[in-house]
Amino acid sequence: MTMRVPDPRVKVTRRRFLQSGATAAPAAALVASGVTLSAESAWAAAAALSPHVMATLTLMARDTYPHDQLGDVYYRKAVAHWDDDAAADTAQRQVISEGVAMLDAEANASFGSDYLNVASETDRVSILQAIQHGTFFKTVRADLVVSLYNQKELWPKFGYEGASAQHGGYLHRGFNDIDWLPVA
Amino acid sequence: MTAKAKFDLNDDSVFVIVGSGAGGGTLGNELAQKGIKTVILEAGARYTIPDFMNDEWPSFAQLAWTDARTTSGSWRVAKDFPNLPSWIVKAVGGTSIHWAGASLRFGEWEFKAKTTYGQVDGANLLDWPISLDEMAPYYANAENRMGVNGTNGIPHLPGNNNFKVMQAGAAKLGYKTVFTGNMAINSQPRDGRGSCEQIGFCFQGCKSGAKWSTLYTEIPKGEATGNLEVRPLSQVIHIEHDATGKVTGVVYANAQGVMQRQKARAIAVAGNSLESPRLLLNSASGKYPDGLANSSGQVGGNYMRHTTGSVYASFENPVHMYRGTTMAGIIRDEANNNPKRGFVGGYEMETISLGLPFAAAFFDPGAWGRGFTSKLDDYSNTAGMWIIGEDMPQETNRVTLDAKVKDKFGMPVASVHFDDHPNDIAMRNHGFKQGTAVYQAVGATRVAEVPPYPSTHNLGTNRMSENPRDGVVNKYGQTHDIKNLFVSDGSQFTTGAGVNPTLTIVALAVRQGDNIAGMMSRGEI
Repeated sequence: MTMRVPDPRVKVTRRRFLQSGATAAPAAALVASGVTLSAESAWAAAAALSPHVMATLTLMARDTYPHDQLGDVYYRKAVAHWDDDAAADTAQRQVISEGVAMLDAEANASFGSDYLNVASETDRVSILQAIQHGTFFKTVRADLVVSLYNQKELWPKFGYEGASAQHGGYLHRGFNDIDWLPVA
Repeated sequence: MTAKAKFDLNDDSVFVIVGSGAGGGTLGNELAQKGIKTVILEAGARYTIPDFMNDEWPSFAQLAWTDARTTSGSWRVAKDFPNLPSWIVKAVGGTSIHWAGASLRFGEWEFKAKTTYGQVDGANLLDWPISLDEMAPYYANAENRMGVNGTNGIPHLPGNNNFKVMQAGAAKLGYKTVFTGNMAINSQPRDGRGSCEQIGFCFQGCKSGAKWSTLYTEIPKGEATGNLEVRPLSQVIHIEHDATGKVTGVVYANAQGVMQRQKARAIAVAGNSLESPRLLLNSASGKYPDGLANSSGQVGGNYMRHTTGSVYASFENPVHMYRGTTMAGIIRDEANNNPKRGFVGGYEMETISLGLPFAAAFFDPGAWGRGFTSKLDDYSNTAGMWIIGEDMPQETNRVTLDAKVKDKFGMPVASVHFDDHPNDIAMRNHGFKQGTAVYQAVGATRVAEVPPYPSTHNLGTNRMSENPRDGVVNKYGQTHDIKNLFVSDGSQFTTGAGVNPTLTIVALAVRQGDNIAGMMSRGEI
């Protein structure tokens, strides 16, 4: 029996993306249809937070949990809720907008530009390392570890198949099909 | 079919059990079978198997006890998850919904930890007031009712990919006792339940019902007698007593948050090792200013959580560890007591797996950047094991009432203090080394030592002792101080042994049921 390897191609419909998160939807739909956008114009519909803040959060998300196999759409979706949260809660709005301002101040002090325009990932990561024990980074990271990896759309890229009970489990779908171990 | 029981709040002839997990649910069925009118009060909701979700975070939101708790101490859980010291369930069935199913008996020496290990500095060791001989018939009863593989002629489960990797590495290292475990998961249909479909998601509630849980075994069987009433969404606030000191009933908040008083002939507390001592402490009164059953000062003390850790290894080729039984097999060669290794007590290596969302949260809590994310990029090529061994009881590892934080009913929440004992650290490091060697023997390209998760094995906070000075309950789980007050969960454990605790909790509950019936018929309670 040959090992069954899940199909890593992501099966996401445009409709599904349009349904997922009001602020992320326009950007996601455009990306899905192949239009390239600048980082900030992807967030033109942001309401409570500025496109600059949302674009910075998106890049910060990628730098925090970098996976080269993931397009920006997943990072945008992971941070999109901050715009809604900021609209509903001024304290949240303050944490995020002041946090991004601080991030830009650090970036300007060290590299002479806003975080978004620091070209080197290594340089950007050095900025994150400098602020990693502060409330802003801790808040964003703790949220991101759920809001990024809990997106079912990205699971196939990691070879994770998710729910199995509706398929009768793995009893007849490869629970014991490993074929490369040394013979004892 | 007998109509489900419904008892009056003023019926002072009922036996009240607080909690419906492995201990409370089993005791409830045992008492009901013996004709004893029993009410189980369960803080959580009642779900059915179709309600369970193969989806880690939504399932966690559905099942986990996420009410506030606080932590302190040097254990890493206090830093990573300061308000989540344990990962246990708030629902009818309790943590028997979440448990992996591993059902191992204690070794004979594990009932005699103090005698066997001798003086261990900083450890508050004690021998159990029960021996393996006395427990043997109750272990046999528990194995039969739970359908444990490798007992009662029940075949073992087939090994999944994750197990095969561990098994191949173990063979290279010369380990001998390596098999798919004594699991309370049906390998063939039994007791009205089907056999394992290798779904995975054992921790999220078994969607096939193959894994034993009181939710769909003990509890409906008890209810079918007409002697057991289970009240979900009923959180007990405190226990009341009369002038003689005997307990007389409990006050609980019902589903609407309205306080109710259920009178009782006797009460058993089975709310897990965090909530059970909390309830006894929150029931302090003029007569019992330090809390109920606490003349020894041991209520909440000696908190144990097993020495744990995980080893995850990346390989060149796919493993798909998440396919099939979560705890799919075991290496028992390190389970003995061999102080030459630099520590007393033993440990097991058992396969474990996490889905991608929980892998991200638990592989290295708080970590970020490429060093971390590259581990997740290897997810499909990853194998994993859990180390679980005996930890030392320490008087200062303790569940107390938080001085500031209160729950929605105004009651102080449990505060959990834990420091690893040097013996725990030596054992964990040995387990990490051996687990790493197992995977390297079959070509692991990278091995990660993963720190303990929030505790699923919470033990010892109302411990059993021969002498009332040393613990909270006697050999029947009856409190030394109050003869009609019992403890029926893992908090009774005198020491933790190097094995998963559920089988012993169930065996103790069955034994306790026999003894309670005897005490009642003799008019002692």
